[in-house]
Parts: sequence; structure tokens; C-alpha cells
Amino acid sequence: MPSPDYALAISGLRKSFDRPVVIDLELTVKAGEFYALLGPNGAGKTTILRMVAGLLKPDAGAISVYGIDTARDPIAAKSIVAWVSDEPMVYDRLTPLEYLEFVAGLWRIDAREAERHSNELIDWLGLRPHANERCGGFSKGMLQKVALAGALVHNPRLIILDEPLTGLDAGSARQVKDVLKQKVAAGVTVIMTTHILEVAERMAERIGVINHGRFVAEGTLAELRARIGRETTLEEIFLDLVAQKEADLAAVA
Amino acid sequence: MSAPATLPWFAAHEFRLAWRDWLAMTTGGRKVRSVVLVVVLGLFYLGLHLLAYALLAPWVSQGIAPDKATLVMVTGTGFLFWTVMLSQALESVTRAYYSRSDLDLILSSPASSASVFAVRTAATAFATVLLACLLASPIINVLIAYEGPKWLSAYGVLAGFGALAAAISVLVTVGLFRTIGPARTRLIAQIIAGIVGAGFVIGIQAVAILSFGNMNRFSVLQSPEFIAGTPDLANPLWLPARAAMGDLAATLLVLVIGLGALSLVIRATSAGFAQHAIAAAGVSATRVQQSASTRPFRKASQRHALRVKEWKLLLRDPWLLSQTLMQILYLFPPALFLWVSYGQSAGTYVVVIPVIVMAAGQLAGGLAWLAISGEDAHDLVVTAPIHPRAVLIAKIEAVLCSIAVVFAPILLFVAIASFELAWITAVFLAISAGSATAIQLWFRVPMRRAMFRRRQVASRTATISEALSSIMWAGAAVLVAGNQLLAILPAGLAVIVLIVAWALSPKGKRV
Repeated sequence: MPSPDYALAISGLRKSFDRPVVIDLELTVKAGEFYALLGPNGAGKTTILRMVAGLLKPDAGAISVYGIDTARDPIAAKSIVAWVSDEPMVYDRLTPLEYLEFVAGLWRIDAREAERHSNELIDWLGLRPHANERCGGFSKGMLQKVALAGALVHNPRLIILDEPLTGLDAGSARQVKDVLKQKVAAGVTVIMTTHILEVAERMAERIGVINHGRFVAEGTLAELRARIGRETTLEEIFLDLVAQKEADLAAVA
Repeated sequence: MSAPATLPWFAAHEFRLAWRDWLAMTTGGRKVRSVVLVVVLGLFYLGLHLLAYALLAPWVSQGIAPDKATLVMVTGTGFLFWTVMLSQALESVTRAYYSRSDLDLILSSPASSASVFAVRTAATAFATVLLACLLASPIINVLIAYEGPKWLSAYGVLAGFGALAAAISVLVTVGLFRTIGPARTRLIAQIIAGIVGAGFVIGIQAVAILSFGNMNRFSVLQSPEFIAGTPDLANPLWLPARAAMGDLAATLLVLVIGLGALSLVIRATSAGFAQHAIAAAGVSATRVQQSASTRPFRKASQRHALRVKEWKLLLRDPWLLSQTLMQILYLFPPALFLWVSYGQSAGTYVVVIPVIVMAAGQLAGGLAWLAISGEDAHDLVVTAPIHPRAVLIAKIEAVLCSIAVVFAPILLFVAIASFELAWITAVFLAISAGSATAIQLWFRVPMRRAMFRRRQVASRTATISEALSSIMWAGAAVLVAGNQLLAILPAGLAVIVLIVAWALSPKGKRV
């Protein structure tokens, strides 16, 4: 039985499509932690997170969210998890408020509480002037904010975000980052993949770098710096680690 | 190889895209051996010829005289065909303005947008003519075989009228752009296309019902009173029919009129194409203000939340509504037939039952695709704490409730006349709608709702099974209504269709 102290505990996770994408992955994320999962394109980041969110079935291994086995009790696990992908999951013909009412219905949130919280989120994310406009004509940034509001309306304990800042302008990106910081401060666990390494460097408490479906390195920024033996940026560390892994694989081949 | 950015160069580009698009539509994106494709299409084409022969043999065997009765029949049938061509051309022309696939690239290039428009309009005309020729060729070829090569001129008539349909479509679209603006043009053009496509068929059927008490649309064209009331043989109204029957001068005139009209329209409207296309592009960025809601959030179960979402999305998507409009439009003649036959013997109602049952199956199939496969926020629904089965049940409920709303008034009409027939219709309507929904459920593949037009490509098996099951259940319904034991046969076949569809469905890959 995994400890409920961990927001996420993954062991022996495996997934293959036409080739192995995730190989015997082990990962633990503490409750209230901000964790960044980094890796080059095709490294397996999205596949891992989609398995955690229940969007993909693992070939092998176990995933537990706050001690709940996602395979045994997926409904209980899903009720405390929120998933935000880089492609906002929003309906063109619903307004942000209608969308939040729908999400609240799916998560069985009390209607009055959902309405209060939805309005808070609408204000918080600067969506009030557009609250009664259909999402169809919204910019990518606005759609992403609506999707984020949808993810937060049920007060999740674990928020999983896959490239949430892709295509956002500076202002929208700042708003999303502020929201995430506040959530972490309130004890919510955040796991995020991103290619914007400055964001991971500034926000994440721990960083995992994966390549070819396996961890290349994991730890705090200081630990990662120590591993490559020099005081440098996360970008340099990341490129070094990925290049090292590629060289190792080339040597084996 | 033509010089870049010239008319022939764009034409070659369009032809390549159209060819690949057609291939993808035909093969469903899967690699199919071209030999298999040719054999299947060839067999289908041969089957159409046999059907045409069966239909025409009684008429052709007596010899076709160019008398008034023949001219009325050829003109009526030709006009019926042309309305379908016009409907198709209208839809294609609208797509040329609104499809963003490569317009951004072309319009931002130094190439002439007028050339692009000219090529796309000509391509629309060509596609319209090609489809018309393909559909009409079994009939024309049978006539050529019996009556000689003079009927070859019918192909020329099709080309002329195809060009005319494209020209009219461009004028209608540009007219709509100028009068109601780009935001509404697409929807209105599609509604017009739907009404034009079904209008004449329904109109002539309505006349048949009101005048002759049956739903055979040819009753009007064959009635001596109607024939007697038409203009004399020298009237230019009969020119297209004469052209189709081998009058070369008339054929030439039809071709000159059609192609000339298309050239003139292209010349007159191509300069404004870029302007209209850019205006159409701005539509997607237009925000729709929903009336500011003051009502509080409603307490709802998960399933109810899903149902309400489906209904809202359906009601707020006029494009999808117009796509289903055609199916509902075809219910007008049986409804009229019911109204006219009200109070007569129950036997007359037997005619309308199969139409209702088939329409229910087809409508349910479309709605079920939208609700089950066309889920724009698929990840959101899958990550919600609700059992996948409950999601599917809610979506099926949404579909079946919509079907009930559409068909309840018609069932009420039937019930007023004959409760027993209403009961039989309701049962088979439910079975037909349920079967179509089940097929969509078995073949579900997550896609964007905007892909609705392409849903048939996603699975040919699903499309064919859906159509076959609706037809079989309609047949069974009419036989049950007529107290015939033979109803077991179509019902059994419908069950076999469902079993085969289930067996062929991609069980392991469903989401």
C-alpha cells in the first residue's frame, strides 16, 4: 500500500506503442510539491502524465495518487486529480461559466459552492468581461485560462499540466504561473511538463529529466548542478544530460 | 510543367489535392490495394446499371417517342437531378470561401487570388458534373444501349447544367456575402443547399399526395392532366430534354449557356474573392455573446450534466442543425400524407411507416456520432470521476431524447388515426434509432465535432451497417403493420447486420 504522504507514487511503469515509450519508470512526488518533468520531444513525458490522469492504460506497473491505486479505484483517484493539456479541452459553443457549471456537474460539486468558486476563478483569471461569451472566438491564452479554471473548480489535490504555457502571451503565462504558485502554497501538488526551462528553474522544487522513456536525472536544481559538476542554468544542465544519454545509447548501439 | 502561380499551375495543384482527398475518402485513409478498390467500384457501378435497366426496361422496350409525355418526364427528372447538382455546387462553393486549409498561405503569397478563385470555381463545376455523370451514367448508358448513341448528348447537357449550377452557386454565395455578411453566409448557404436539394423532390411528392393520394413523385409527371397543361412542343422549356435526347443544336446551346454563364460569373466575381475569403476568415475570431445568465448553477447529476451539455451544443450549432435538416425535411411528405389521409382507412398509413423508421435510424446515427465520437473535450470527460459506462449511457439518453422530441408529433398524428399502427411505428422507430446508436457506439473514435462531414470516412462498415439496419427495420415495420409473417425476414437480416457490425467493430481500440 503506497503512502498517502506521496501525492503520486509510480512503480515499474511501462508503456509501449510501436516501440517502448515508458520503461520501468519509478517516481514519487510529495504532497504539496511543484514537480517539473522535462525531456526532449518524444521522451515519454506526455505518455507518463496521460497514464496518471487515466487517459492511457499502462502495460505494466502501478500508479497511486494520495494512496489511491488508480487501477483499482479510478473514480476516487480522478475525483482529486485535474488534467490540463496543451490543447485546451473547451467547448466552442459554451460560455466559460457554462463550461465551469458542466465541469462542476461532472465532479459532483455542490451547485452553490461550484457557482461561488467559478465566479472567483473567472475573476482571478481575468475572464469576467468574457464570462458570457461563447469560447469559440477566444484566443489560445483565454481558452487555456478557461481550461485551467475548469481544472481548479473542483479543488483538486493534484494538478497535472502538460505544456500549459505553450502559445501563451507573457501576461497570460504570468497569470497561469501565479495561479499555480498560489495553489502550491495552499498545499496542492503540481506536476508539469514544459519546454520553457526558465519556468521549471524558477518554479519547480524538484525536476525530473527523462529521455527514451527512462529517467536521466532527478532532483532539486542544486542536486542536478552537482551531478554535472558546474554552476550553470537548467538549460545547460538539461542539454548536457540529454546529450550524455544519447552518447550512452550510441555507444551501446 | 506549367509556370508557377499561373492558372494551369493552380489547376494542377487543385487536381492533385482533389485526387488525394478522393482517395482518402474512398479508402478511409487505409492502404487498400488499388486492384481491390477498382474491382469493388466496378462491381458497384455494374450493379447500378442493372438497377437502371430494371427501372427503364418497361419504358424503353416500347420505344421512346419525343412526344409531350416523354419530354415532361425527361424534363422533370432532369430538373430533379439539377436541383441536387445545384445543392452540391452551393455547398462546395461555400467551402471554397470558408475552408482555411491553404487559403492563408495562398492569400499571403504574391500569387493572384483571382486565379485561385477561378480554378476553385471551375473545379467545383467539374466535380459537380463528374458526380452527376457518374450517378446518371447507368441510366444514360442503358438508354444508349437501347436507343443508340444519340443519348450521348445527355452527357453534354449534364456538363452545361453543372456549369450553370456552379455559376448560380457563386452568385448566391457572393450575394449572401454582400447582403447578410460573412458570419451568416455559410449557414444560410447550407440551408439553401439543403432546401434546394430536397425541395423539388418534396414539392413534387407533396403535389402527388394532395392530388393523387400517394407518395410516388412520378405520379405528377405521368398524369394526363399535368401533361396537357404544359406548354406545346415548340416551347423552349423542352430544349434541355430535346438536347438530352440527341438534338445536337440544342445540346450545343445548353453547353454555350452553361459554360458562358460560368465564365462570366467567374470574371465578374473573382476580383472580390480575396476580400470575401478574408472576411470569412474573420468569422472564426468573432465572439458570440450569450445572454448574460443570472440563473444560479443547477444541481445536476453527472449524467444530467452530460445530457444538458449535448443538447446545448446541438442547439447552438446551426451548421450541424442544417446538416440534419435534410433528414428532417424528408419527413415532410409522410407527415403531409398522414394529414391528408387522416380519417381514411388505416391501410394508407402503412406507406409512411418505413419512411419514419428509416429517418429515425439515420438521424439517430448522426446524433450518436456527434454525442459519442464528436466529443471536443474528450480528455476532460475521460479524466472526470465518472464511470465510462455512465458517460455512454448519458450520451445515448441525450440522443434518444432528441429523437423522441423530433418524432413525437408525427407519432401523435399516427396515433390519432390508428393506435395500433402508432405503437408499431414507435417500437420500430426505437429499434431503428437504437440500432444506429449501437453501431456508432461500437465504432466510436474520438474526433472533433467539426469532422461531422467526414464521419462516414472514419468507418465504411459503420456507415453501411447503419444504412442497412435502418432499411431492414423499416421493411420489418411495414410488414408487421400489414400483419405479414414475412416481417421475420428483414428483422432477421437487421439482426445479422448488427451482429456482423459488432463482430467487425474495433473492440480493443475503443476509448
